[in-house]
Amino acid sequence: MTATLAPAREPGSPVPASSRRLAERVFRIRELGIVAVLIVFVAVTAAIQPRFLNSSNIQFVLVDATIYGLLALGETLVVITRNVDLSVGSVLGISAFACAKLASAAHGVPLPVVFLAGLGIGLGFGVINGLMVALGRVPSLVVTLATLYIIRGIDVLVVGGGQVVPSSYYPSFLSMSKATVLGVPDLAIAVAVLVALGWYGLRTFRSGRELYAIGSNPDAARLAGIPMGRRVFTTFAISGAIAGLAGVLWASRYGTVDSTAGTSYELQVIAAVVVGGVAIFGGSGSVVGAAIGALLLQTINSALYVLGVSPNWDQAIAGFLLILAIVLDRIISVRLTASLRRRSARRGT
Amino acid sequence: MTDGVPGEGPADEAEIEVDVEVAAAVSDEGPPILALEHVSKSFGAVKAVIDGVIELRAGEAHALLGENGAGKSTMVKMLAGVHQPDGGRFLINGEPVVLDGPAAAIEAGIAIIYQEPTLFPDLSVAENIFMGRQPLRAGRRIDAKAMTTEADQMFARLGVRIDPGRIARGLSIADQQLVEIAKALSLQARVIVMDEPTAALSAVEVARLFDVIRALRADGAAVLFISHRLEEVFEICQRVTVMRDGRHVLTAPIGELSAPQLVRAMVGRDMPERAPGEKRAPGEVRLTVDRLTREGVFTDVSLQVRAGEIVALSGLVGAGRSEVARAIFGIDRYDAGAVTVGGRKLRKASPTAAMAAGIGFVPEDRRQQGLVMEMSIQQNVALASLNALRKAGIIRASAERSFASDWAVRLSVKYGQLTDPVSMLSGGNQQKVVLAKWLGRQPSILIVDEPTRGIDVGTKADVHNLLDQLAADGIAILMISSELPEVLRLADRILVMREGRLTAEFSQAEASEEDIMAAATGQLEAQAR
Repeated sequence: MTATLAPAREPGSPVPASSRRLAERVFRIRELGIVAVLIVFVAVTAAIQPRFLNSSNIQFVLVDATIYGLLALGETLVVITRNVDLSVGSVLGISAFACAKLASAAHGVPLPVVFLAGLGIGLGFGVINGLMVALGRVPSLVVTLATLYIIRGIDVLVVGGGQVVPSSYYPSFLSMSKATVLGVPDLAIAVAVLVALGWYGLRTFRSGRELYAIGSNPDAARLAGIPMGRRVFTTFAISGAIAGLAGVLWASRYGTVDSTAGTSYELQVIAAVVVGGVAIFGGSGSVVGAAIGALLLQTINSALYVLGVSPNWDQAIAGFLLILAIVLDRIISVRLTASLRRRSARRGT
Repeated sequence: MTDGVPGEGPADEAEIEVDVEVAAAVSDEGPPILALEHVSKSFGAVKAVIDGVIELRAGEAHALLGENGAGKSTMVKMLAGVHQPDGGRFLINGEPVVLDGPAAAIEAGIAIIYQEPTLFPDLSVAENIFMGRQPLRAGRRIDAKAMTTEADQMFARLGVRIDPGRIARGLSIADQQLVEIAKALSLQARVIVMDEPTAALSAVEVARLFDVIRALRADGAAVLFISHRLEEVFEICQRVTVMRDGRHVLTAPIGELSAPQLVRAMVGRDMPERAPGEKRAPGEVRLTVDRLTREGVFTDVSLQVRAGEIVALSGLVGAGRSEVARAIFGIDRYDAGAVTVGGRKLRKASPTAAMAAGIGFVPEDRRQQGLVMEMSIQQNVALASLNALRKAGIIRASAERSFASDWAVRLSVKYGQLTDPVSMLSGGNQQKVVLAKWLGRQPSILIVDEPTRGIDVGTKADVHNLLDQLAADGIAILMISSELPEVLRLADRILVMREGRLTAEFSQAEASEEDIMAAATGQLEAQAR
């Protein structure tokens, strides 16, 4: 009997640049695809009902999408590490009420302080989530499901049947969400800048790449000496802080705040993140995709309204898009894996 | 729980008679750059390492050898900072250290190449190499260009072409292993641990890896080399340490030992007693496996098992034995070949078809795959026979109970109540429950994978006698076992697998531990050349 070593491998030809570009392009499809869907949706809706494109409608859609997009930014950081934050809707709700109180003419707390307060409230809850997940090693799904209910419960206890009405604010609080530059809401620009910063940070800094590593293979991340607990904790703290910030925007946008503010936002945010191409099991996706996902869902929402379709369809269509996104994701990853295998095979491995 | 120590076997026997003294090392100046002195490590009741000794000197390649379960992997994990020793000392340059995590080990200059690649499938190859240590430019930003260039240099040094920009998903096992090696090189570590680095590599790549090891030695690094291929150990290593049953057996310059001496040091047990009772007379062929192939896992595996015969599939962990068994039973798919039972070809990838054809399967991991731990003993025993116990679609507890108690008595399972959860039983009794579950279906063919792993000595003998009895009753048994004494005690024929292929067949009369180990490690082929 002779040795049964694998056939010797040829050193192989250089990997052609075109195939690398192809792989990259396939990857980008996640974001490109959703942009395409967005454009088609806008075009079709505008063709049927031109009113869809008037500037006030666009502004409404953008401000709504801004709030979801902001939440999606924080959620994406968490999801990339193979975790989930279900408490964002409740955090938004409690922050919205507290900040609405502070921003009332009676208290007259200056706007920057209101923002800081919202940020601080959210950060506090985010830290609690993060500690339980990172130190307590409790699955994030369970931890944040619990805090979802707890925070909402506190909200209901404190607020009771009460509500803050638009007339109680000092004027600059409400006008904040209506200010525009060249027809684009200030808030949308601010959030776009935040998303761009998040995108850059995740690409460019070690800590950002380590989030992907943790989500891609937690065991390997541990062996690589990545401080997993600290990184995961940080993502929850940021997600919480962002949800608190979003609460301020929510109060300014809608004016009337009661104890139900932000209810079930967490599911729409996760839908936006997944539709935006972030893998629910971590390791891949971008905050830009997630933000566009949020914009798409809001656009659909508004389009149905403008077209006179019953808003009851809204959720069904969001669900359908979610499945579409997941199917697309599967197809892309299967084809990508196959093409990468073929490349290895061509080299005679 | 009375779980025994896996792989300990009849351990407390006298030392083996390989007479070697610990001889002069490669570089004798100063303390060794790394030493584990009489370390121990237990996991619950299982003593993985009882007395581990490793001493690495600058400029040497040092082999760590031992059978499966000898404690090598635990030693590696101590070096990696994953586990901390319970006892003994960990010295670096003669100074005691405590490595409280993988980061500390990397910091201390220890790099590990794990047997199982530990890559991030979604990230690029370059990122995989430099994760946590990426080259930076101004503002602590990652210098992607420098990262790609350095990865390219690393691959050039290894003489392979892997695109640093592609993602790791879809890399072949060999390429994954090469990325791991590049990662370890990029750490510029002074101690590099290679746990079976060559298992997936081609001859050309192995030769290049050895060049790299020689270069590392010339730079004053130490390499701890773990391999089951003894010819590689003789080619690249200067000293060797052998472990057995969690204990240090010997450390010696490689030149003072022959391959048979090393194998004996690794196996180290007296020959087991042969099966009592008369020789079995196998009947007609029950199970035929013809050129079964699953790409990249096993190739051209052909075997037959007759009624009343025990055929053992021997070899090292990772040789593909369990995978063959899983493919026969239909848990995994196979790419080519056929499984025939009683003249009829079995549908592939269908455990239901396998069960209908009369095959029973006792898997390797009884906790995960063999039992439902939360369910009662009687429910577990009855689980595979529910169809037979069903009356008008309803399973009556009384029928289940009498069925289960019948089998529990026949297998002498020691239990309190049949309604106790099976998790309350000892490992050995759990294994009897798994056996009862399949025997209740009265299979004509039984596949058992590591039937006595983690079982105390007494129950082990029970299981052995039971398998003997089943064979005497005419059942065809295919047994996978890493314990050579068990194989020699039970099997009529012994097939040895190595790297996914059958490499040798022995009858019970002609088999010896040394021959089986030689076939499993490739020594047989080396001698034939």
